[in-house]
Amino acid sequence: MREMVKMVITLTILAAFSGGLLAAVKTSTSDRIEQAVLEYVQGPAILSIMSDVSNDPLADRFTLEIDGTDVDFFVGKKNGAPELVAFETKASGYGGDIGVMVGVKIDTGEIYGIDVTTHSETPGVGARAETDIRFKTSFVGIPIIDEEKIQIGDDGGDIAAIGGATVTSRAVSLAVRRAGKIFEQHKSEIKKEVDTFSG
Amino acid sequence: MAKTIAQEFKKGLWDEIPPFRLVLGLCPTLAVTTSAENGIGMGLATTFVLVCSNMLVSVLRGIIPSKIRVPCFIIIIATFVIMVELLMQAFTYGLFLNLGIFIPLIVVNCIVLGRAEAFASKNKFLPSLADGLGIGVGYTLSLGVLGSIRESLGSGTIFGNAVFGPNFQPFEFMVQAPGAFMALGLLLCIMNILGKK
Repeated sequence: MREMVKMVITLTILAAFSGGLLAAVKTSTSDRIEQAVLEYVQGPAILSIMSDVSNDPLADRFTLEIDGTDVDFFVGKKNGAPELVAFETKASGYGGDIGVMVGVKIDTGEIYGIDVTTHSETPGVGARAETDIRFKTSFVGIPIIDEEKIQIGDDGGDIAAIGGATVTSRAVSLAVRRAGKIFEQHKSEIKKEVDTFSG
Repeated sequence: MAKTIAQEFKKGLWDEIPPFRLVLGLCPTLAVTTSAENGIGMGLATTFVLVCSNMLVSVLRGIIPSKIRVPCFIIIIATFVIMVELLMQAFTYGLFLNLGIFIPLIVVNCIVLGRAEAFASKNKFLPSLADGLGIGVGYTLSLGVLGSIRESLGSGTIFGNAVFGPNFQPFEFMVQAPGAFMALGLLLCIMNILGKK
């Protein structure tokens, strides 16, 4: 009996100590991890959408609270005037959540470009969403609030689905439509924030 | 019988060098050595876990009841592994993306648990530290060598620098799974021939 009590106590103390230690490490590294994720995961997507801007969209960003979660918005300037905004939405694909970065022209509400940030789709099939130029460019120029057009061809929209990856193509389209909803509902707040970057 | 601390360190570099002599920890050895950088990164992460867990296990060896020693070792090892994972995310995110799932899998790397069970739980603090450091450095060197061979033949680069000039046609097979077995087998063979002399 005494042996058992000793075992329980040892394990409990050890587990509690490790838990505390890890919590401390996690808190002290969380800022840096956030920065690193921004640089490696969202960064490449943003830069591929906004390849021709005159500022650093990763530095010029703001955060809005949308439906209880914080969403980061990245501002792209041309000739010093902020013209583009990009933000990330998610939709579930074939193998889990797909993160899609959507770039929008602020004045016209047209899609400027999209790119996939994170996914766990099948390599060689759904994973082509990341590289398939024809699929990605088929979003460009469509008004982001046009839910009819932002659907794959089979569903009556304008998007060129990736061959053999209908589920992934639908998920990306859904993520872009969600971005459209966010843009529509929070247009005035987004514009107000973006204006602070002008000049 | 008593070995000096220097001997405990040195044995990890040749006599008990993990993937070749002990033939342990092969899963990460084969999977992540597609480039020299990945191999060394994985080796250093494992070394950190190995040294820290060896030290802590050695310090606590009188306190941990022998019936639950394995769960205790696993808690200690898992704590350091998660710590490494967080630190890598914070400071070397690119490497973290390359190594991916193999970082959390250090928890079940038999080298780490093996050294805790076979060495640190029976020895004093300093020899345990030396043992962990020696095995860790040996492991890092092995993965570095394996990674360099596979990267130079498979992609024509070492640490991302071209080594063979522009006309080299990469031997792509070497950076895929079969190349890992071939390279490891050949290295094992060379080490056995050298060891016999």
